[in-house]
Amino acid sequence: MTIDDLSRREASKRIARLGALLAAGGLAAPRGVALAQDDPVAGRPLVRYPEKTDLILLTSRPPQLETPMKYFDRAITPNEAFFVRYHVFPIPLEVDLATWRLRITGRVDRPLELSLDDLKTKFPRAAVTAVNQCSGNSRGRFSPRVLGGQWGDGAMGNAEWMGARLKDILTAAGVRQGAVQATFDGLDKPAFPSVPDFVKSLDITRIMDDPDILVAYQMNGAPLPMLNGYPARLVVPGWYATYWVKNLSEIEVVDQVFEKFWMKPGYRIPDNACGCVPPGTVAGRTVPITRMTVRSFIASPAPGTRVAVGRPVTLKGIAFDGGYGIQEVQVSADGGTTWRRADLGGDLGRYSFREWSAAWTPSQAGPARVMVRAFNRIGESQGREPLWNPAGYLRNVIEHLDLQVG
Amino acid sequence: MRRMLGPGLLLMVLIASTVAAADKTIPMPADHAYAALKPGAGVEMTRQQCVSCHSTDYIVMQPRGNAKQWDGVVTKMIKVFGAPVSDQDAKTIVEYLATQYGN
Repeated sequence: MTIDDLSRREASKRIARLGALLAAGGLAAPRGVALAQDDPVAGRPLVRYPEKTDLILLTSRPPQLETPMKYFDRAITPNEAFFVRYHVFPIPLEVDLATWRLRITGRVDRPLELSLDDLKTKFPRAAVTAVNQCSGNSRGRFSPRVLGGQWGDGAMGNAEWMGARLKDILTAAGVRQGAVQATFDGLDKPAFPSVPDFVKSLDITRIMDDPDILVAYQMNGAPLPMLNGYPARLVVPGWYATYWVKNLSEIEVVDQVFEKFWMKPGYRIPDNACGCVPPGTVAGRTVPITRMTVRSFIASPAPGTRVAVGRPVTLKGIAFDGGYGIQEVQVSADGGTTWRRADLGGDLGRYSFREWSAAWTPSQAGPARVMVRAFNRIGESQGREPLWNPAGYLRNVIEHLDLQVG
Repeated sequence: MRRMLGPGLLLMVLIASTVAAADKTIPMPADHAYAALKPGAGVEMTRQQCVSCHSTDYIVMQPRGNAKQWDGVVTKMIKVFGAPVSDQDAKTIVEYLATQYGN
């Protein structure tokens, strides 16, 4: 199949989906949808926020900043390039460690007020290298399009997180019999009391069974940037970033399932195996989003790079999943008919980005498309067709890179 | 210059940097110009009401949509996010959005 065939086929599928959507009486799609979805970050400015390098602006206030694809040619995402996503405004712009405390309250025997020093000295240090990815990463590529932050692919990053284990902190506080969940709140507080504060929850059993859930005060060996959660944030390896509450200030142990806005109706997916529904339809029963799907990306060379016939090109990128670990990465240069195994980089643990690279030698001049897919250790992979749900979550279609040969 | 870098000043610098390490303050950049709303009837009302909680790039980045889409969005801001917007103002905002960001 030639590239032209591929594009035509994709375009006709898009039009078919659009028709189905309009027939179903859903949201009408914008003019030129096929072009718009090809590059959600086109036209967005690069901006430099405090403690950050140039990132792609999604929104100014509350800030949402996207990491350029060029940073995903390596396993560890630099702190200054790590994406930013806040939900409510105002966000914390100032933290005084003399007064900052992490409070543990609710259904506990011993309510705690921990300083940063307490976190560092009263609990064993633990570290995990883990991917932090927004639930809506790549939402801007959904077709039909959906409302919400129109992210490209850069609402993700991978870092070595160090801190205290959440289970150790809760054990020190003494979780009472009958406690069901813990809720997590940060220093970001909405402008009006009517606006739902950003609070998330995890099951107590989940916390006590998982020694990798951390209250992290270090990111890649340095204090967290303010916009990534200084002085401490929750780290929930394998699960989407919505649980990784930033600028953490309060943990409350509660005796029922917490269902305020950001747990319900926010951040929910269709209650079925794929978390998806036919494009353009509504979800029935929903459940909270949790574990990440398998993804892989080609970060180098840059899209549109001109390469020579007969000269090998090194393709580089990363792959990750929701915590089983990446087993294999494959690339295809013939539209997905045949796949070749890529070389994997060092293993930084099952929650981490896994670097991969593959040599590819273009055989003829003209436009070329290379594709990548990954498999995790339980055999999960990526689909040829993107899954769809109304909130724009879980995207994990096979990714591609278009280059010019000759 | 050499005299200014005496032990007293060095000590002050050391103390200052210790204090700075214990605290963090960042400035908040202004809303970016790319968020500017298109001119049109109702633009001032829309800007005034929306920017008290968020920059207008939250609007301009969305897929375009008809009045039904935008009524859904504005209703969500009021009912779910508790935006203090009157019914009359909401109507003006929906009309503006459906006209300038319609399809």
